[in-house]
Amino acid sequence: MLYNEPSPLEVKVLTRRFGLPNSASIDTYLATGGYQAFRKALGMKPEEIIDEVKTSNLRGRGGAGFPAGMKWSFVPRTSPKPKYIVVNADESEPGTCKDRLLMENDPHQLIEGMLIAGLAVDAHAGYIYVRGEYRYLIDILDKAIAEAYRHGYLGRNLLGSNFHFDAYTHTGAGAYECGEESALLESLEGKRGVPRIRPPFPAVVGAFQCPTVLNNVETYSAVPAIIRDGGAAFAALGTPKNGGTRLFCLSGHVNKPGVYELPMGFNLLRMIEEVGGGVPGGKKLKAVIPGGSSCPVLTAGECDLAMDFDSVAKAGSMLGSGGVVVMDEDTCMVRMALRIMRFYAHESCGWCIPCREGTTWLRKMLARLHGGGGTASDVSLIGELARNMLGRTFCPLGDAAAMPTIALVEKFRDEFEEHAEGRCRYSHA
Amino acid sequence: MTFSPELEAKFDKLLASYPPGRQRSALIPMLMFAQDEVGAVTPEVVEEVARRTGVEALQVEEVVTYYSMLRRKPLGKHHVQICTNVSCMLRGGAELWEHACRKLGIGNKEVTADGQVSLEEVECIGACSWAPAIQVNYDFYHDMTVEKLDRLLDDLRKIH
Repeated sequence: MLYNEPSPLEVKVLTRRFGLPNSASIDTYLATGGYQAFRKALGMKPEEIIDEVKTSNLRGRGGAGFPAGMKWSFVPRTSPKPKYIVVNADESEPGTCKDRLLMENDPHQLIEGMLIAGLAVDAHAGYIYVRGEYRYLIDILDKAIAEAYRHGYLGRNLLGSNFHFDAYTHTGAGAYECGEESALLESLEGKRGVPRIRPPFPAVVGAFQCPTVLNNVETYSAVPAIIRDGGAAFAALGTPKNGGTRLFCLSGHVNKPGVYELPMGFNLLRMIEEVGGGVPGGKKLKAVIPGGSSCPVLTAGECDLAMDFDSVAKAGSMLGSGGVVVMDEDTCMVRMALRIMRFYAHESCGWCIPCREGTTWLRKMLARLHGGGGTASDVSLIGELARNMLGRTFCPLGDAAAMPTIALVEKFRDEFEEHAEGRCRYSHA
Repeated sequence: MTFSPELEAKFDKLLASYPPGRQRSALIPMLMFAQDEVGAVTPEVVEEVARRTGVEALQVEEVVTYYSMLRRKPLGKHHVQICTNVSCMLRGGAELWEHACRKLGIGNKEVTADGQVSLEEVECIGACSWAPAIQVNYDFYHDMTVEKLDRLLDDLRKIH
């Protein structure tokens, strides 16, 4: 089901079946062009499939924005080892709630994306790693998988070809870190979710030590449309090097929070005003986290911005996972910084010392500052400590904790200094 | 130890889902599903899952200590998880949390004396656009208010 009204400004490609009766069923899927892209892909050469995905400018929707076609091309197709398709459905980045909708409303689109990826890299099994909290989605996905087997879209000799593919669901058990690809693979193998050293990358040594394509739910879900309508058509929806649409998760201080599918490059201010209905209570916009809590905050003055990977990077932040968190003028930024750091300190897996110790110390210092017990030197020390975590860990969690902290202190330093003097202009302290 | 036929069927399916010799992969899903039935990852569950996946009990233990949803002791019949992360915080998640603690007289990961309700302050549960949100066991409740939570907690205490 849908949890918010759609917006007339949406461009519905991945979400085009959302809201149809029984949108998750294979009957609805087949009646609306479902599995036609897989049929088409069966007649294509693997390199043609990969070229089409490259042409589409589809970039990883989990957050990193790595070109998907490029990632697929790194898989050594002729390796004698089995290859695997793994779906990252461990959606955990604060501010992000889109993969949930894609699995709930159109699970067959995801399965079809996995099948096409399987054809491209000669993989015959795929695993959907779903975060533990999303248990109801395991039931929906298992039902969809069973339907696909019954209708001959999973199993052996698919559509009369000699291609075979099996799909499985796999539940996590509560760990943000398992959204990081190498930690996810450890977890999939029944271990603690700590990151692996890279290289080798999962394309070469991934699941079960075999070559693996590992993408986000939204990335796979875009593949059927790319093969069906052509990579160029998908690319044309977005901006140069940023193909297609994106599911943006608007949250925080907007009148109409919700998940909306908009073209890549959609203006952020327009998104807040016209899609989200503006800031409630006639209040002014203060700041926006553009892509989930790990992305550096943008001030209101920085938000006249095209929402694609390159434009947001140029503005000093990241498009990330599509979680757009909007803050009004009465938001205490020290409180935001503390809540964000509490999260990363809780989720740090403890493997790398700069992250484990850094997040803990930052949490303690921010709590002290927020509580009115800090000193003026804390403000500089927080920034310095965070900068010392950057690039010093196996996985990006350390950076994910440090980057928003650095930006908050830099851009709203006066608020941190006021807290050091025991004052908060928003009275949360 | 014995499990229900439904859980046994789930275990069989899981153990057949991974490549040959990779049965350890079923470990975390098995622990989650066993916990749902038994109420907690008890020492007996650890032993049984270790035996079936072909690993040492200690290797199961090190997994159990890592994942936040796996627990050693049963929580309430209705486990109320309140998200206070950024998107929920901006729309009153922290106030929901404080209200629930005050009303029930319990704190984080504690259970009411009648065993009916337990509370947990959780990190982002993926309901940011419909915040503030909570989960009761695996069920989502979106767009919560203190009033709605108040009524829900009253109801949960009565559902045995």
